[in-house]
Amino acid sequence: MPEIAPELPFTASDAESREKLLAKVKPVEAPRRELVTGDKDFHWVTEKVCGIPESKTPRWWWIMFCVAACMATFTLAGLTWLVSSGVGVWGLANPVNWGWAIVNFVFWIGIGHAGTLISAILCLLRQKWRVSINRAAEAMTIFAVVCAGIFPLFHVGRVWFAWWLFPLPNANWIWPQFRSPLEWDVFAVSTYGTVSVLFWYMGLIPDLGTMRDRALKAGKLIKAWAYGVFAMGWRQSNRHWRNYEMAYLLLAGLSTPLVLSVHTIVSFDFAASQLPGWHTTIFPPYFVAGAIFSGFGMVLTLMLPLRAVYGLHNLITQYHIDCMCKIILATGSMVGYAYMMEFFIAWYGANPYEGFAFINRALGQYAWSYYIMVGCNVISPHLFWFKAVRENTALVWIICGFVNVGMWFERFVITVTSLANDFLPSSWGYYSPTIVDIFTFFGTFGLFSVLFLLFVRFLPMMPMGEIKAVMKQGDAHGHGTGTQAVPHDVHGKGGHH
Amino acid sequence: MANIFPKWTNIAPLKVAACLLLFVGTVVLGITYYATPKWTEVGFQPIQPVAFSHALHVDQLGLDCRYCHTYVDRSEHSNVPAASTCMNCHSMVLSSDDRLAPVRESYESGEPVPWVRIHNTPDYVYFNHSVHVNRGVSCVECHGQINEMEEVYQAKSLSMAFCLECHRNPENFIRPPDEVYNLDWQPESAAAQIEQGEKFVHDWKVMPPQSCSGCHR
Repeated sequence: MPEIAPELPFTASDAESREKLLAKVKPVEAPRRELVTGDKDFHWVTEKVCGIPESKTPRWWWIMFCVAACMATFTLAGLTWLVSSGVGVWGLANPVNWGWAIVNFVFWIGIGHAGTLISAILCLLRQKWRVSINRAAEAMTIFAVVCAGIFPLFHVGRVWFAWWLFPLPNANWIWPQFRSPLEWDVFAVSTYGTVSVLFWYMGLIPDLGTMRDRALKAGKLIKAWAYGVFAMGWRQSNRHWRNYEMAYLLLAGLSTPLVLSVHTIVSFDFAASQLPGWHTTIFPPYFVAGAIFSGFGMVLTLMLPLRAVYGLHNLITQYHIDCMCKIILATGSMVGYAYMMEFFIAWYGANPYEGFAFINRALGQYAWSYYIMVGCNVISPHLFWFKAVRENTALVWIICGFVNVGMWFERFVITVTSLANDFLPSSWGYYSPTIVDIFTFFGTFGLFSVLFLLFVRFLPMMPMGEIKAVMKQGDAHGHGTGTQAVPHDVHGKGGHH
Repeated sequence: MANIFPKWTNIAPLKVAACLLLFVGTVVLGITYYATPKWTEVGFQPIQPVAFSHALHVDQLGLDCRYCHTYVDRSEHSNVPAASTCMNCHSMVLSSDDRLAPVRESYESGEPVPWVRIHNTPDYVYFNHSVHVNRGVSCVECHGQINEMEEVYQAKSLSMAFCLECHRNPENFIRPPDEVYNLDWQPESAAAQIEQGEKFVHDWKVMPPQSCSGCHR
C-alpha cells in the first residue's frame, strides 16, 4: 500500500491507508468456512478426484447403467412410434394442443439452469463453494438440455425437417417466423446448449491434462492418448493458466445473461399469447426463479448419492449442502410468491376470464395437480429453514425429490389447465397423456442417467485446480483469496499487495 | 513428461477444420446450384406426339392464347385444347399431313392426344390461372416467350422462390389487362412499370398471399 502524504487534498476515506482504516474499524477476525475439510493436501484432492475414473468400474455402476439404458429405450420406442405414425399418437387434441411435450421440455430446460448459475453467476459473485459442484452441475445442464431438446424437436412432426427451424438461406425464399417466441426459443436454447458445452469443456481441459499425464505414468497409452486428444496440449504452464482464467471469466460474463434469458424466453412461449393464465407479465422472473429452484433440486438429487458412494464428504461439506438448501429455500419462496401474486393480479385486474382461469386452477378439474404443485414447491422447501433438516442428508434428498416433482407439476398446471378451460365453454375438454407420451418422458430419465453415469465414470467430476485454489494451502501469501475474510497480514509489512 | 503427440498435431485440428469447411462449402454450393429447379427444371423439352409450333401459330398466324386455352381466364386450370379445336382449321389445312395423324386419330376416337406435361406444379400447391391473368399477370411471366418457341420447353424455374418473387413485389410484374396475352409487350421503362404496377396493385386491391396456407391449402 503506497503511503500518501497527509497534505494532499483527498477526502479522508481515500487518503487513509488500509492499515489506519482497519485499526480504526477493528474488524473482527471472522474466518470463512473451510471448503475442503479434514486438513487435506493438494495431492489428496488429485488422488480423490482422479481416483474415481481411474479405479475399476464398480458393480453398482454397471447395474445402474443397465437399468438406465433399459429406461432410455422407452424414449426410443415412444419416438419410433411417433415418427412412424405422426404426432396424433400423443394425447394432444382440441382444445389442449400443448401437453406433456412442452411440459417436459420446460421441466428439463429448467433443471439445466443450475449448472450455468453455479458456473457463471456464482463465479462472478465469488461464491467459492461452487467449485466442488460446478463440474457435475454443468454436466447435468448439458444432459438436461439434450433431454429437453427431444420434445420440441419431435413435436414438429416431420423431424427430418427440423433444421428448417434455423434461418438458413434456401431455394424456397422462406424464413422462420421471427416474430414467434417459439423461434426465439430455438436461438435461446441452442445458444445456451452451445455455451454450456464450451464452458464445461474448457473447464475440463486442465483436468484432462492431469488425467493424460497420470495415465501415461501408469503406462496406459490408449487412455493417455484419448485424454490427450481432448486436453489439446495442456501443459499446466503459467501462461496456460493465465489464458484459462481470463477465458473462464469471459465465458462467465457471457453466460450470465443466458441464465436469465433462456427461461425468460421459454416463458414468452406462454406469456406472449393471449390465453388467460398465460398472458401475465410475472412469467419471466417467475420462470427463472422456478428454473433455478428445480436446477438446485436436481443438483442435490445427484450429488448427495455420489457424495455417499465415493466418500466425498471432505469436498462436498455440510456447508455446501447448506448453501444449496438456502438457494432452494430462496427461489422456492419466490415461486410461492409468484403463485400468490398471480391470484392477486387475477383479482385486481378484474378480467373475468383471468379470474376464472385461476379459480379453475385451484378448484377445477385439475385441482389435484395444483395441490401437488403447491405442496411440493411452496410447502416442502420451507423445511430448509431448520438446521436439523438441512443436516439430515436423507431428508434433504427426499425434499429435493419433491421439488423436482413439484416443478414438473407447475409446468403441467400452467400448460394444461389454461388450455383445457379457455374462453369458450363449448370447447372445453380434459387432457390425458397417451402411453406414447408416458414412454417418451419416462425414457428421458434413463437417457439423462446414462449420460451422467458415463460422465462420472470417465471424467474428473470436480475441477481439481480450482478446488486447490480455494484450499488454505492455496493461500500461501495470505491474500485472502482462499478461506480468510480478512488477509492475515493486515497489521504486518503489507507484503506484495 | 514426454510428449505423446508429434509436433505436426499442433496444426492438425486447423487443417481438419479447413478441409471440413471446404467440403461442406462445396456440398452446399453444389446443392444450391445443381439440386434446385433453376437447374433441374428449366429447359425441360420432352418429345411431344405432335411437334406443335407456337412460333408458327401465334407469332406468324396471330392466334390468341385463348383460342386454344379457352378456360385460362375462367378456370383455375388452363386447358389444353381438344383435337376438335385443331380440326377447326386442320380439316382443311394440311388435312392429310402425316405429322398431324395423332390429332386426326384423337378426333375420330375421342381419346385425347397424349401430350407430355411440361409445366407441372406439385400436388400440394394450389394455383389458379384465372386469378392471375385477370389481374394483369401475363402468360409470359411463368411460361416465357411461348410465342417464339418452335417446341415448348420450360423457361422459368417455377420454384417457390419464383412464386414469392412476384407475390412479395407484384408491382414489378403486373401489366395492363389488355396486354396480358401480348407476350411481346414491354413497359416503357422500369420506372414506368413500377408506377403503373403500384397503381394496379392499389386499384385492384392486389394482395397476393404470402402465408403458407395461401398456396398449400
